[in-house]
Amino acid sequence: MKLVALNDLHVSLGAKMIEFAGYNMPVLYTNLIKEHLAVRNSVGVFDVSHMGEFYLKGEHALDLIQYVTSNDASKLTDGKIQYSCLPNDKGGIVDDLLVYKVKDNEYMLVVNASNIEKDWNWISKHNTFGVEMTNYSDYLSLLAVQGPNAINTLQKITDVDLSSIEYYSFKIGAMGALSEVWISNTGYTGSGGFELYCQNEDARKLWDAVFEAGKEFNITPTGLGARDTLRLEKGFCLYGNDINDETSPIEAGLGWITKFTKNFINSEYHSNLKTNGVSKKLVGFELIDRGIPRHYYKIKDVSGNEIGEVTSGTQSPSMNKGIGMGYVKTEHSKIGSEIFIEIREKLLKAVVVKIPFL
Amino acid sequence: MNFPENLKYTKDHEWVRIEGDICYVGVTDFAQSELGDIVFVDITSQGKTIKQHDVFGTVEAVKTVSDLFMPLSGEVLEVNSALENTPDSLNNDPYGNGWMIKASISNPNEVADLLDVGAYKTLINV
Repeated sequence: MKLVALNDLHVSLGAKMIEFAGYNMPVLYTNLIKEHLAVRNSVGVFDVSHMGEFYLKGEHALDLIQYVTSNDASKLTDGKIQYSCLPNDKGGIVDDLLVYKVKDNEYMLVVNASNIEKDWNWISKHNTFGVEMTNYSDYLSLLAVQGPNAINTLQKITDVDLSSIEYYSFKIGAMGALSEVWISNTGYTGSGGFELYCQNEDARKLWDAVFEAGKEFNITPTGLGARDTLRLEKGFCLYGNDINDETSPIEAGLGWITKFTKNFINSEYHSNLKTNGVSKKLVGFELIDRGIPRHYYKIKDVSGNEIGEVTSGTQSPSMNKGIGMGYVKTEHSKIGSEIFIEIREKLLKAVVVKIPFL
Repeated sequence: MNFPENLKYTKDHEWVRIEGDICYVGVTDFAQSELGDIVFVDITSQGKTIKQHDVFGTVEAVKTVSDLFMPLSGEVLEVNSALENTPDSLNNDPYGNGWMIKASISNPNEVADLLDVGAYKTLINV
Protein backbone atom coordinates (compact mmCIF):
# COMPACT_ATOMS: atom_id res chain seq x y z
CA MET A 1 0.00 0.00 0.00
CA LYS A 2 1.29 3.45 -0.89
CA LEU A 3 1.59 6.23 1.68
CA VAL A 4 0.98 9.92 1.09
CA ALA A 5 3.71 12.27 2.34
CA LEU A 6 1.57 13.30 5.33
CA ASN A 7 0.57 9.78 6.35
CA ASP A 8 2.13 10.00 9.83
CA LEU A 9 0.51 13.36 10.44
CA HIS A 10 -2.95 11.97 9.69
CA VAL A 11 -2.35 9.06 12.01
CA SER A 12 -1.17 11.40 14.78
CA LEU A 13 -4.33 13.48 14.30
CA GLY A 14 -6.32 10.35 15.09
CA ALA A 15 -7.66 9.83 11.58
CA LYS A 16 -9.34 6.58 10.69
CA MET A 17 -7.21 5.33 7.82
CA ILE A 18 -8.51 3.07 5.05
CA GLU A 19 -7.06 1.69 1.88
CA PHE A 20 -8.38 3.65 -1.07
CA ALA A 21 -7.07 3.21 -4.61
CA GLY A 22 -3.97 1.52 -3.21
CA TYR A 23 -3.20 4.36 -0.80
CA ASN A 24 -3.57 4.52 2.97
CA MET A 25 -5.94 7.48 3.24
CA PRO A 26 -7.70 9.42 6.03
CA VAL A 27 -11.41 8.71 5.63
CA LEU A 28 -12.49 10.42 8.86
CA TYR A 29 -10.86 12.48 11.61
CA THR A 30 -13.58 12.98 14.20
CA ASN A 31 -17.11 13.01 12.87
CA LEU A 32 -18.33 12.92 9.29
CA ILE A 33 -21.24 15.31 9.70
CA LYS A 34 -19.06 17.87 11.52
CA GLU A 35 -16.41 17.63 8.81
CA HIS A 36 -19.05 17.97 6.11
CA LEU A 37 -20.61 21.04 7.70
CA ALA A 38 -17.21 22.60 8.41
CA VAL A 39 -16.62 22.72 4.66
CA ARG A 40 -20.12 24.00 3.89
CA ASN A 41 -19.94 26.71 6.58
CA SER A 42 -16.27 27.60 7.04
CA VAL A 43 -13.17 25.74 5.84
CA GLY A 44 -11.78 22.21 5.76
CA VAL A 45 -8.63 20.64 4.34
CA PHE A 46 -8.50 17.36 2.44
CA ASP A 47 -5.22 15.63 1.70
CA VAL A 48 -5.88 14.25 -1.76
CA SER A 49 -2.27 13.58 -2.64
CA HIS A 50 -3.27 10.20 -4.00
CA MET A 51 -4.54 11.94 -7.15
CA GLY A 52 -2.37 11.50 -10.25
CA GLU A 53 -0.58 14.22 -12.19
CA PHE A 54 0.80 13.83 -15.70
CA TYR A 55 2.78 16.56 -17.43
CA LEU A 56 2.49 16.72 -21.21
CA LYS A 57 4.95 18.76 -23.19
CA GLY A 58 5.64 19.15 -26.86
CA GLU A 59 4.63 20.79 -30.07
CA HIS A 60 1.68 18.41 -30.44
CA ALA A 61 0.60 18.22 -26.80
CA LEU A 62 -2.71 19.85 -27.64
CA ASP A 63 -3.28 17.45 -30.53
CA LEU A 64 -2.82 14.48 -28.20
CA ILE A 65 -5.14 15.98 -25.59
CA GLN A 66 -7.77 16.79 -28.21
CA TYR A 67 -7.65 13.20 -29.43
CA VAL A 68 -7.87 11.45 -26.04
CA THR A 69 -10.28 13.80 -24.21
CA SER A 70 -13.90 14.69 -24.91
CA ASN A 71 -13.89 18.41 -24.10
CA ASP A 72 -12.41 21.03 -26.41
CA ALA A 73 -9.00 21.85 -24.94
CA SER A 74 -8.27 24.33 -27.73
CA LYS A 75 -10.51 26.75 -25.82
CA LEU A 76 -8.05 26.82 -22.91
CA THR A 77 -5.85 29.85 -22.44
CA ASP A 78 -2.77 29.93 -20.18
CA GLY A 79 -3.72 29.37 -16.54
CA LYS A 80 -7.13 27.89 -17.36
CA ILE A 81 -8.50 24.50 -16.37
CA GLN A 82 -11.08 22.26 -17.97
CA TYR A 83 -13.11 19.31 -16.70
CA SER A 84 -13.04 16.54 -19.26
CA CYS A 85 -13.05 12.78 -19.71
CA LEU A 86 -11.08 10.13 -21.52
CA PRO A 87 -13.52 8.14 -23.66
CA ASN A 88 -12.53 4.53 -24.35
CA ASP A 89 -13.13 2.73 -27.64
CA LYS A 90 -16.11 0.72 -26.33
CA GLY A 91 -18.55 3.51 -25.57
CA GLY A 92 -17.48 4.09 -21.97
CA ILE A 93 -15.07 6.29 -20.04
CA VAL A 94 -11.49 5.46 -19.04
CA ASP A 95 -11.50 8.25 -16.45
CA ASP A 96 -12.60 11.80 -15.80
CA LEU A 97 -9.91 14.40 -15.31
CA LEU A 98 -8.84 18.03 -15.16
CA VAL A 99 -6.74 19.52 -17.95
CA TYR A 100 -4.52 22.44 -16.89
CA LYS A 101 -3.03 24.64 -19.58
CA VAL A 102 0.32 25.86 -18.27
CA LYS A 103 1.32 27.56 -21.50
CA ASP A 104 1.42 26.74 -25.18
CA ASN A 105 2.63 23.14 -25.63
CA GLU A 106 2.55 22.39 -21.89
CA TYR A 107 -0.35 20.88 -19.99
CA MET A 108 -0.95 19.05 -16.73
CA LEU A 109 -3.59 16.33 -16.47
CA VAL A 110 -4.98 15.47 -13.04
CA VAL A 111 -6.53 12.01 -12.86
CA ASN A 112 -8.15 9.73 -10.31
CA ALA A 113 -5.79 7.77 -8.06
CA SER A 114 -7.49 4.48 -8.87
CA ASN A 115 -6.85 5.02 -12.58
CA ILE A 116 -3.30 6.38 -12.68
CA GLU A 117 -1.80 3.34 -14.33
CA LYS A 118 -4.77 2.72 -16.62
CA ASP A 119 -4.82 6.35 -17.79
CA TRP A 120 -1.07 6.49 -18.25
CA ASN A 121 -1.12 3.36 -20.41
CA TRP A 122 -4.15 4.56 -22.36
CA ILE A 123 -2.75 7.99 -23.16
CA SER A 124 0.72 6.56 -23.89
CA LYS A 125 -0.82 4.07 -26.30
CA HIS A 126 -2.40 6.90 -28.25
CA ASN A 127 0.64 9.15 -28.09
CA THR A 128 1.61 8.92 -31.72
CA PHE A 129 2.22 12.66 -31.56
CA GLY A 130 5.67 12.54 -30.01
CA VAL A 131 4.52 14.29 -26.84
CA GLU A 132 6.87 14.09 -23.85
CA MET A 133 4.90 12.62 -20.93
CA THR A 134 6.04 12.67 -17.30
CA ASN A 135 4.20 11.05 -14.41
CA TYR A 136 4.64 13.24 -11.31
CA SER A 137 2.02 11.41 -9.24
CA ASP A 138 4.51 10.03 -6.71
CA TYR A 139 6.23 13.37 -6.20
CA LEU A 140 3.37 15.82 -5.74
CA SER A 141 1.09 16.44 -2.80
CA LEU A 142 -2.34 18.00 -3.17
CA LEU A 143 -4.23 19.76 -0.41
CA ALA A 144 -7.81 20.77 -1.14
CA VAL A 145 -8.67 23.75 1.06
CA GLN A 146 -12.42 24.02 0.69
CA GLY A 147 -15.24 26.15 2.02
CA PRO A 148 -16.33 29.80 2.12
CA ASN A 149 -13.41 30.74 4.41
CA ALA A 150 -10.78 29.01 2.26
CA ILE A 151 -9.97 32.27 0.48
CA ASN A 152 -9.75 34.20 3.77
CA THR A 153 -7.45 31.56 5.19
CA LEU A 154 -5.11 31.33 2.25
CA GLN A 155 -4.98 35.06 1.49
CA LYS A 156 -3.19 35.49 4.84
CA ILE A 157 -0.24 33.40 3.66
CA THR A 158 0.21 34.48 0.06
CA ASP A 159 0.75 37.69 -1.87
CA VAL A 160 -1.01 36.25 -4.89
CA ASP A 161 -4.38 38.01 -5.17
CA LEU A 162 -6.62 35.00 -4.76
CA SER A 163 -9.75 36.88 -5.76
CA SER A 164 -8.15 37.36 -9.17
CA ILE A 165 -8.02 33.58 -9.73
CA GLU A 166 -11.32 32.76 -11.40
CA TYR A 167 -13.12 29.45 -11.01
CA TYR A 168 -11.28 26.80 -13.03
CA SER A 169 -8.11 28.90 -13.23
CA PHE A 170 -4.77 28.63 -11.47
CA LYS A 171 -1.69 30.65 -10.65
CA ILE A 172 1.75 29.64 -9.51
CA GLY A 173 3.13 31.59 -6.58
CA ALA A 174 4.66 31.64 -3.12
CA MET A 175 2.57 30.53 -0.15
CA GLY A 176 3.71 30.32 3.46
CA ALA A 177 7.40 29.44 3.39
CA LEU A 178 7.06 27.74 0.01
CA SER A 179 8.33 29.55 -3.04
CA GLU A 180 6.18 27.61 -5.51
CA VAL A 181 2.66 26.37 -5.00
CA TRP A 182 0.17 25.76 -7.77
CA ILE A 183 -2.96 27.51 -6.54
CA SER A 184 -5.99 26.20 -8.36
CA ASN A 185 -9.55 27.50 -7.96
CA THR A 186 -11.11 24.05 -8.18
CA GLY A 187 -12.49 21.43 -5.84
CA TYR A 188 -14.94 18.61 -5.44
CA THR A 189 -17.16 20.04 -2.74
CA GLY A 190 -19.16 22.81 -4.40
CA SER A 191 -18.34 25.12 -1.48
CA GLY A 192 -15.57 27.08 -3.16
CA GLY A 193 -11.91 27.03 -2.25
CA PHE A 194 -8.57 26.13 -3.70
CA GLU A 195 -6.53 23.06 -4.47
CA LEU A 196 -2.83 23.45 -3.69
CA TYR A 197 -0.16 21.40 -5.45
CA CYS A 198 3.32 21.21 -3.95
CA GLN A 199 6.34 18.93 -3.76
CA ASN A 200 5.96 16.06 -1.28
CA GLU A 201 8.81 17.37 0.86
CA ASP A 202 7.02 20.71 1.30
CA ALA A 203 3.60 19.28 2.14
CA ARG A 204 4.03 19.47 5.91
CA LYS A 205 5.16 23.07 5.81
CA LEU A 206 2.17 23.98 3.65
CA TRP A 207 -0.28 22.05 5.87
CA ASP A 208 1.05 23.79 9.00
CA ALA A 209 0.90 27.24 7.42
CA VAL A 210 -2.67 26.67 6.23
CA PHE A 211 -3.83 25.45 9.65
CA GLU A 212 -2.13 28.32 11.45
CA ALA A 213 -3.82 30.81 9.13
CA GLY A 214 -7.17 29.09 9.43
CA LYS A 215 -7.30 28.96 13.23
CA GLU A 216 -9.66 31.91 13.47
CA PHE A 217 -12.07 30.10 11.14
CA ASN A 218 -11.90 26.83 13.08
CA ILE A 219 -10.23 25.17 10.14
CA THR A 220 -10.56 21.41 10.35
CA PRO A 221 -8.96 18.40 8.69
CA THR A 222 -11.60 16.62 6.61
CA GLY A 223 -11.55 13.05 5.35
CA LEU A 224 -12.59 11.20 2.24
CA GLY A 225 -15.93 10.35 3.85
CA ALA A 226 -17.00 13.99 3.94
CA ARG A 227 -15.51 14.54 0.50
CA ASP A 228 -17.92 11.95 -0.86
CA THR A 229 -21.05 13.37 0.81
CA LEU A 230 -20.06 16.90 -0.21
CA ARG A 231 -19.60 15.99 -3.86
CA LEU A 232 -22.80 14.00 -3.95
CA GLU A 233 -24.90 16.90 -2.65
CA LYS A 234 -23.58 18.85 -5.63
CA GLY A 235 -24.21 16.00 -8.06
CA PHE A 236 -20.58 15.63 -9.11
CA CYS A 237 -19.88 12.26 -10.72
CA LEU A 238 -17.52 9.84 -9.00
CA TYR A 239 -15.58 7.56 -11.32
CA GLY A 240 -16.26 3.93 -10.47
CA ASN A 241 -19.74 4.82 -9.18
CA ASP A 242 -21.58 7.17 -11.51
CA ILE A 243 -19.36 6.81 -14.55
CA ASN A 244 -17.18 3.89 -15.59
CA ASP A 245 -15.79 1.89 -18.51
CA GLU A 246 -19.31 1.24 -19.77
CA THR A 247 -21.15 4.54 -19.38
CA SER A 248 -21.19 7.20 -22.09
CA PRO A 249 -20.69 10.82 -21.03
CA ILE A 250 -23.93 11.50 -22.91
CA GLU A 251 -25.84 9.10 -20.63
CA ALA A 252 -24.09 10.58 -17.59
CA GLY A 253 -25.26 14.13 -18.31
CA LEU A 254 -21.73 15.11 -19.31
CA GLY A 255 -22.74 16.31 -22.76
CA TRP A 256 -21.41 19.71 -21.74
CA ILE A 257 -17.85 18.33 -21.69
CA THR A 258 -18.33 16.28 -24.88
CA LYS A 259 -17.64 18.49 -27.88
CA PHE A 260 -18.23 17.25 -31.40
CA THR A 261 -16.50 20.24 -32.95
CA LYS A 262 -13.38 18.05 -33.01
CA ASN A 263 -12.51 14.41 -33.54
CA PHE A 264 -11.67 12.28 -30.48
CA ILE A 265 -11.54 8.58 -29.64
CA ASN A 266 -14.95 7.06 -30.40
CA SER A 267 -16.51 10.49 -30.94
CA GLU A 268 -18.79 9.17 -33.65
CA TYR A 269 -20.42 6.74 -31.22
CA HIS A 270 -21.18 9.45 -28.65
CA SER A 271 -22.30 11.84 -31.35
CA ASN A 272 -24.82 9.24 -32.54
CA LEU A 273 -26.08 8.83 -28.98
CA LYS A 274 -26.53 12.56 -28.72
CA THR A 275 -28.41 12.70 -32.03
CA ASN A 276 -30.51 9.56 -31.63
CA GLY A 277 -31.07 9.66 -27.88
CA VAL A 278 -29.98 7.38 -25.08
CA SER A 279 -31.91 4.51 -23.50
CA LYS A 280 -30.77 5.31 -19.94
CA LYS A 281 -29.78 8.47 -18.15
CA LEU A 282 -28.05 9.39 -14.92
CA VAL A 283 -30.50 11.23 -12.66
CA GLY A 284 -30.53 12.63 -9.16
CA PHE A 285 -33.32 11.64 -6.80
CA GLU A 286 -34.53 12.34 -3.29
CA LEU A 287 -36.26 9.82 -1.08
CA ILE A 288 -39.79 10.76 -0.10
CA ASP A 289 -40.19 7.74 2.17
CA ARG A 290 -37.70 7.45 5.00
CA GLY A 291 -34.58 5.63 3.86
CA ILE A 292 -31.06 5.96 2.57
CA PRO A 293 -30.17 4.87 -0.96
CA ARG A 294 -26.86 3.07 -1.52
CA HIS A 295 -24.73 2.04 -4.50
CA TYR A 296 -26.19 -1.01 -6.33
CA TYR A 297 -29.70 -0.75 -4.88
CA LYS A 298 -32.32 -1.46 -7.56
CA ILE A 299 -34.52 1.30 -8.94
CA LYS A 300 -38.07 0.19 -9.80
CA ASP A 301 -41.27 1.63 -11.20
CA VAL A 302 -44.59 1.75 -9.37
CA SER A 303 -45.39 -1.80 -10.49
CA GLY A 304 -42.08 -3.14 -9.22
CA ASN A 305 -40.40 -3.51 -12.62
CA GLU A 306 -36.68 -2.85 -12.54
CA ILE A 307 -35.82 0.41 -14.35
CA GLY A 308 -32.30 1.07 -13.13
CA GLU A 309 -29.70 1.02 -10.38
CA VAL A 310 -28.37 3.45 -7.79
CA THR A 311 -24.75 4.48 -8.42
CA SER A 312 -24.25 6.78 -5.40
CA GLY A 313 -26.36 7.40 -2.34
CA THR A 314 -26.21 8.78 1.15
CA GLN A 315 -28.08 10.60 3.83
CA SER A 316 -27.39 14.24 2.96
CA PRO A 317 -25.80 15.92 6.02
CA SER A 318 -26.98 19.34 4.81
CA MET A 319 -30.55 18.37 3.93
CA ASN A 320 -31.07 15.50 6.37
CA LYS A 321 -32.66 13.22 3.82
CA GLY A 322 -31.74 10.36 1.56
CA ILE A 323 -30.35 11.47 -1.80
CA GLY A 324 -28.76 9.57 -4.63
CA MET A 325 -27.87 9.29 -8.26
CA GLY A 326 -28.48 6.40 -10.59
CA TYR A 327 -29.19 5.36 -14.13
CA VAL A 328 -32.84 4.93 -15.08
CA LYS A 329 -34.54 4.15 -18.36
CA THR A 330 -34.94 7.44 -20.23
CA GLU A 331 -38.74 7.46 -19.92
CA HIS A 332 -38.34 7.70 -16.13
CA SER A 333 -35.65 10.38 -16.17
CA LYS A 334 -37.80 13.52 -16.27
CA ILE A 335 -37.62 15.86 -13.28
CA GLY A 336 -40.56 15.01 -11.03
CA SER A 337 -40.82 11.36 -12.11
CA GLU A 338 -41.86 9.07 -9.30
CA ILE A 339 -39.47 6.15 -8.87
CA PHE A 340 -38.93 3.55 -6.17
CA ILE A 341 -35.74 2.44 -4.51
CA GLU A 342 -35.66 -1.14 -3.28
CA ILE A 343 -34.19 -1.17 0.21
CA ARG A 344 -34.24 -4.39 2.21
CA GLU A 345 -37.05 -5.82 0.08
CA LYS A 346 -39.22 -2.74 0.51
CA LEU A 347 -40.02 -0.26 -2.26
CA LEU A 348 -39.46 3.27 -1.00
CA LYS A 349 -40.86 6.21 -2.91
CA ALA A 350 -38.44 8.72 -4.43
CA VAL A 351 -38.64 11.55 -6.91
CA VAL A 352 -36.28 12.54 -9.71
CA VAL A 353 -34.92 16.01 -8.95
CA LYS A 354 -32.57 18.52 -10.50
CA ILE A 355 -28.87 18.13 -9.83
CA PRO A 356 -27.23 19.74 -7.84
CA PHE A 357 -29.35 18.81 -4.86
CA LEU A 358 -28.03 21.78 -2.93
CA MET B 1 -15.33 4.07 26.55
CA ASN B 2 -17.97 2.90 28.96
CA PHE B 3 -19.16 -0.70 29.47
CA PRO B 4 -21.58 -1.08 32.39
CA GLU B 5 -20.98 -4.10 34.66
CA ASN B 6 -24.66 -5.00 34.95
CA LEU B 7 -25.12 -5.69 31.22
CA LYS B 8 -24.45 -8.72 29.05
CA TYR B 9 -22.80 -8.34 25.66
CA THR B 10 -22.61 -10.10 22.28
CA LYS B 11 -19.87 -10.63 19.72
CA ASP B 12 -21.99 -8.46 17.41
CA HIS B 13 -21.38 -5.53 19.78
CA GLU B 14 -24.82 -5.35 21.28
CA TRP B 15 -25.69 -5.04 24.94
CA VAL B 16 -28.52 -6.87 26.70
CA ARG B 17 -30.17 -5.84 29.95
CA ILE B 18 -32.10 -8.75 31.39
CA GLU B 19 -35.12 -8.02 33.62
CA GLY B 20 -36.78 -11.31 34.52
CA ASP B 21 -38.15 -12.90 31.35
CA ILE B 22 -37.70 -9.83 29.19
CA CYS B 23 -34.66 -7.97 27.93
CA TYR B 24 -33.66 -4.61 26.50
CA VAL B 25 -31.18 -4.47 23.63
CA GLY B 26 -28.90 -1.74 22.26
CA VAL B 27 -25.49 -1.29 20.68
CA THR B 28 -22.34 -0.85 22.73
CA ASP B 29 -20.27 2.28 23.12
CA PHE B 30 -17.61 0.57 21.02
CA ALA B 31 -20.11 -0.16 18.24
CA GLN B 32 -21.47 3.37 18.09
CA SER B 33 -17.98 4.79 17.98
CA GLU B 34 -17.01 2.47 15.13
CA LEU B 35 -20.19 3.22 13.19
CA GLY B 36 -19.94 6.99 13.52
CA ASP B 37 -22.96 9.27 13.22
CA ILE B 38 -26.06 7.12 13.24
CA VAL B 39 -28.62 8.80 11.00
CA PHE B 40 -31.30 6.13 10.63
CA VAL B 41 -32.56 3.27 12.76
CA ASP B 42 -34.80 0.94 10.76
CA ILE B 43 -36.57 -1.63 12.93
CA THR B 44 -39.84 -3.03 11.58
CA SER B 45 -39.91 -6.23 13.57
CA GLN B 46 -42.31 -5.21 16.34
CA GLY B 47 -44.55 -8.16 17.25
CA LYS B 48 -42.36 -10.64 15.41
CA THR B 49 -40.76 -13.66 17.00
CA ILE B 50 -37.13 -13.86 15.97
CA LYS B 51 -34.52 -16.53 16.56
CA GLN B 52 -31.22 -15.81 18.27
CA HIS B 53 -28.64 -14.38 15.79
CA ASP B 54 -31.29 -13.48 13.18
CA VAL B 55 -31.69 -9.90 11.99
CA PHE B 56 -34.22 -7.70 13.81
CA GLY B 57 -33.34 -4.37 12.21
CA THR B 58 -30.72 -2.16 10.64
CA VAL B 59 -28.78 0.92 11.67
CA GLU B 60 -27.34 3.29 9.13
CA ALA B 61 -24.55 5.79 9.55
CA VAL B 62 -23.92 8.34 6.79
CA LYS B 63 -21.67 5.90 4.97
CA THR B 64 -22.52 2.47 6.31
CA VAL B 65 -25.36 0.03 6.81
CA SER B 66 -25.21 -2.53 9.65
CA ASP B 67 -27.63 -5.29 10.54
CA LEU B 68 -28.80 -5.76 14.11
CA PHE B 69 -28.90 -9.31 15.45
CA MET B 70 -31.23 -10.76 18.05
CA PRO B 71 -29.06 -11.62 21.08
CA LEU B 72 -31.67 -14.04 22.44
CA SER B 73 -34.65 -15.75 20.78
CA GLY B 74 -37.93 -14.05 21.55
CA GLU B 75 -40.69 -11.70 20.50
CA VAL B 76 -39.98 -8.05 19.84
CA LEU B 77 -42.41 -6.44 22.28
CA GLU B 78 -41.51 -2.81 21.79
CA VAL B 79 -39.32 -0.69 19.53
CA ASN B 80 -37.87 2.56 20.85
CA SER B 81 -39.88 4.86 18.59
CA ALA B 82 -37.98 7.93 19.80
CA LEU B 83 -35.05 6.78 17.67
CA GLU B 84 -37.03 7.67 14.57
CA ASN B 85 -36.38 11.35 15.23
CA THR B 86 -33.27 11.09 17.39
CA PRO B 87 -31.15 8.27 15.95
CA ASP B 88 -28.12 10.05 17.38
CA SER B 89 -29.18 8.80 20.83
CA LEU B 90 -27.29 5.66 19.83
CA ASN B 91 -24.13 7.78 19.73
CA ASN B 92 -24.85 10.06 22.69
CA ASP B 93 -26.46 7.67 25.14
CA PRO B 94 -26.04 4.10 23.87
CA TYR B 95 -27.07 2.42 27.14
CA GLY B 96 -29.89 4.82 28.00
CA ASN B 97 -32.03 6.68 25.47
CA GLY B 98 -30.30 4.69 22.73
CA TRP B 99 -32.00 1.41 23.66
CA MET B 100 -33.49 -0.20 20.56
CA ILE B 101 -35.89 -2.98 21.47
CA LYS B 102 -37.60 -4.67 24.38
CA ALA B 103 -38.05 -8.41 23.78
CA SER B 104 -39.30 -11.50 25.52
CA ILE B 105 -36.83 -14.27 26.30
CA SER B 106 -38.20 -17.52 24.92
CA ASN B 107 -35.21 -19.70 25.74
CA PRO B 108 -33.45 -18.74 28.99
CA ASN B 109 -30.67 -21.27 28.26
CA GLU B 110 -29.37 -18.93 25.57
CA VAL B 111 -28.40 -16.38 28.24
CA ALA B 112 -25.32 -18.53 28.82
CA ASP B 113 -24.14 -17.62 25.29
CA LEU B 114 -23.83 -13.93 26.21
CA LEU B 115 -20.56 -12.35 27.31
CA ASP B 116 -19.98 -10.63 30.62
CA VAL B 117 -18.27 -7.26 30.65
CA GLY B 118 -14.78 -8.75 31.11
CA ALA B 119 -15.15 -11.13 28.18
CA TYR B 120 -16.52 -8.35 25.99
CA LYS B 121 -13.64 -6.02 26.84
CA THR B 122 -11.22 -8.82 25.97
CA LEU B 123 -13.00 -9.27 22.64
CA ILE B 124 -12.47 -5.63 21.68
CA ASN B 125 -9.04 -5.32 23.31
CA VAL B 126 -9.74 -2.62 25.86
